[in-house]
Amino acid sequence: MAKGIRDKVAILGMGCSRFGERWDSNAEGLMVEAYTEALSDAGIGTDDIEAAWLSTALDEQHVGKSAVPVASALRLPYIPATRVENYCASGTESFRGAVYAVAAGACDIALAIGVEKLKDTGYGGLPQRTRGTVNDLYWPNVSAPGSFAQLASAYISKHKMDKGDLKRAMGHVSVKSHDNGALNPKAHLRRKIDIDTVINASMIAEPLGLYDCCGVSDGSACAIVTTPEIARSLGKKELITVKALQLSVSNGRELSYNEWDGSYFHTTRVAARKAYEEAGITDPRKQVSMIEVHDCFSVTELITMEDLFISEEGRASHDILDGFYDADGALPCQIDGGLKCFGHPIGATGLRMLYEMYLQLNGRAGKRQISDPIFGLTHNLGGFPSQNVSSVTIVGREGA
Amino acid sequence: MPVGLMALGAYLPQRRLQRKVIAAAHSWFEPALTGLGQGERTMASWDEDAITLAVEAARACLRHRDRAGVNALYVGSTSLPFLDRQNAALAGEALGLRRDLQTFDLAGSRKAGTSALLAAFKAAEQGEQGLVVAADKRRTKAASTAEMNYGDGAAAMLVGDGECIAELVETHTVSVDFIDHFRTAESEFDYQWEARWVRDEGLMKIVPEAVSAILGSADKDVGDIAHFCCPVGNSREQQALARKIGIAADALVDNLHSNCGNTGAAHPLLMLVGALERAQPGELILVVGFGQGCDTVLLRATAALMDQRAGAQGLQACLDNRLHEDNYFKFLAFNGLITMEHGIRAETDKNTGLTTAYRNRALTTSFIGGKCRDCGTPQIPAAPICVNPTCAAVDSQDEYPFADASAVLRSYTSDRLTYSPSPPAWYGMVQFQEGGRIMIDFTDVQAERGLEVGMPMRMVFRVRDYDHKRGFRRYYWKAAPVYSGE
Repeated sequence: MAKGIRDKVAILGMGCSRFGERWDSNAEGLMVEAYTEALSDAGIGTDDIEAAWLSTALDEQHVGKSAVPVASALRLPYIPATRVENYCASGTESFRGAVYAVAAGACDIALAIGVEKLKDTGYGGLPQRTRGTVNDLYWPNVSAPGSFAQLASAYISKHKMDKGDLKRAMGHVSVKSHDNGALNPKAHLRRKIDIDTVINASMIAEPLGLYDCCGVSDGSACAIVTTPEIARSLGKKELITVKALQLSVSNGRELSYNEWDGSYFHTTRVAARKAYEEAGITDPRKQVSMIEVHDCFSVTELITMEDLFISEEGRASHDILDGFYDADGALPCQIDGGLKCFGHPIGATGLRMLYEMYLQLNGRAGKRQISDPIFGLTHNLGGFPSQNVSSVTIVGREGA
Repeated sequence: MPVGLMALGAYLPQRRLQRKVIAAAHSWFEPALTGLGQGERTMASWDEDAITLAVEAARACLRHRDRAGVNALYVGSTSLPFLDRQNAALAGEALGLRRDLQTFDLAGSRKAGTSALLAAFKAAEQGEQGLVVAADKRRTKAASTAEMNYGDGAAAMLVGDGECIAELVETHTVSVDFIDHFRTAESEFDYQWEARWVRDEGLMKIVPEAVSAILGSADKDVGDIAHFCCPVGNSREQQALARKIGIAADALVDNLHSNCGNTGAAHPLLMLVGALERAQPGELILVVGFGQGCDTVLLRATAALMDQRAGAQGLQACLDNRLHEDNYFKFLAFNGLITMEHGIRAETDKNTGLTTAYRNRALTTSFIGGKCRDCGTPQIPAAPICVNPTCAAVDSQDEYPFADASAVLRSYTSDRLTYSPSPPAWYGMVQFQEGGRIMIDFTDVQAERGLEVGMPMRMVFRVRDYDHKRGFRRYYWKAAPVYSGE
């Protein structure tokens, strides 16, 4: 019986580029920015890296295929390198590759790096592209906000909720993330907003307005992992270890079988249950210190609070409006600004979430620092509510 | 058994463009149009063309009928999108007709619809059952009288020797290369000759000749005609024509000018559907198809008509299901008469893998999914492994049609970010009551009425997208809301 990943792997160093509209930089430059910070944080050299994983989703938009772009940009020493892609959850996939390689004993030190250079399309929002020759025949020409907006219609119908009440709770989600992002020097969007601005913003995909949608950004984030023993031998004291790393991928049931009601993420519930078990967490609402969830849209964050079993089903809006997830609340969420304000360079996002957990656990989060965190949870999601990739990762202090 | 019409169907796009807004838009340019600025014309959506119009009319005609008996499909139109790829073959697959179907495109004249009918009658005498569909969506130049007078629409009739609602009495054809207007492979729009000459040398000479001939061979008197379907000329010309022939003024069937416009090849058939909604058993109906001569068809309404009034599938229902449209720019945009700024998102290459399209056409053209033999779960698209988690049987699915399956809305949005020729793009998940669900584009959503989870939806065959680079277009099914009162 597999015992899971708990405490088998430690984070040796992390780095993250400034996110935003990086007109000044190619993907290679963004990767180097994140990598040099991680390398210096880890206190090692490039020759110490034994294997690498690159996560990038829309390679056709910037670096192109394969892991050659990362090996070349970082001048990696002819080591095994792999490019991974799993929708917007790609960042967690590269981390998973590196963590599992170390846990398996296949290598001592592994690199996970994610990058996305999105702002070369000539328009706002995610790139519009072909979905393959078969899907293009029948799949609706959905945008990301359009596919996630449908959650709201199903959620309202299921919980007999007033549209305006949901819109206000969603609005608070965004106001909170802007408050947090304003304190983050690496964040894409650093301006505070008020609730009226969110609610009255132009409609993107009903009921999601402009401020219900996350930023589309350029950026890169990076993690270097090793075993706890090696980390200690390299002089690391307070180790941050991986407690759980779970992934659940839709198998078509939500999309084709009359069971799922469209108001939640089946995958997130599966991954969350497994992750809590792997990490030994029995009461996430009390035990988890902070969370970074995949707030591609405000409604996604709201619903994810329930799918992570932190808010009761149908009650997330109450917790949100009560300030439970605010920076000074019981369980701060998106303390770095989240996808909403830190930004969402797809392949980097999962690693960016871990970067904030890592800084917080190390007491290095500056003005955003929360007191004495033990466990940090990241939720990195990709795809559409009806067919998606959902990952839940838990990191924390060694021994916790 | 006598040969005749066994079932009827009509389809009109729901939007009705107000002629006064067309006239107002052009008053600076062509003030003479103001006189035509009354009533409304049907206006197809951007995702409708002669094929989709034909398919919807045919579906109305075939509703609650066994389709297996239909062994020929005739599609008459002057605006078929494909010159070389048989339009009828595509329509036949969309309708789920049999594989050994005979398919015919009849084009090149406004009488294509009546010519199709004549051909089907001939075949019916040999025991064949033919589905005749006529449809037109003709593009017109801005500020032309054609823009004012044309409409978009389709009509369908099932022709055979079974129980008929109208039986065939006689047919007659006159073929004359009379060119009142023309459109060639190189030209986008009709080129029209002077109306007075068309009236005097064409209508007033060719139609009376054909009518006289058919009445003669049927041994009927002009006074016997209770319903005269004359789809050409304006109302005044039709009255003059009836006078000249000797047909009573009250026998003139409504030409639908005020509430639909002239639907080209479909128009004689559409008027016939209208006539049969009012005719009494035993009454004679004379249908004229004009264009490079004149087709004439003489029919007699039967007692069966009373039990099978077209109702929801008929013309009046189509006329009643109307959506007031007073945005002339939308008409220009839907018909490609104005270049809209769609943004870079619209530039995605829409090249179609013909291999892929052929392999997947049960889904995309016929909207057929699968039903598991082991557990009975319907699913669309069909898949190699059953989606029911307690079943998961492999290669267990039989073909299962979803086009007419009862459906409700599960989730939705209206999207202003993604590319759509008619923003916002409405789409979401539709769930079929007997099992199965699909994420799909919506069409004919009335923005002011919106959508609600749980409301009924029906599937319609539409253009999915246009590949302007290669002149190709793809078809697929969309979900349309069924608003209460429809």
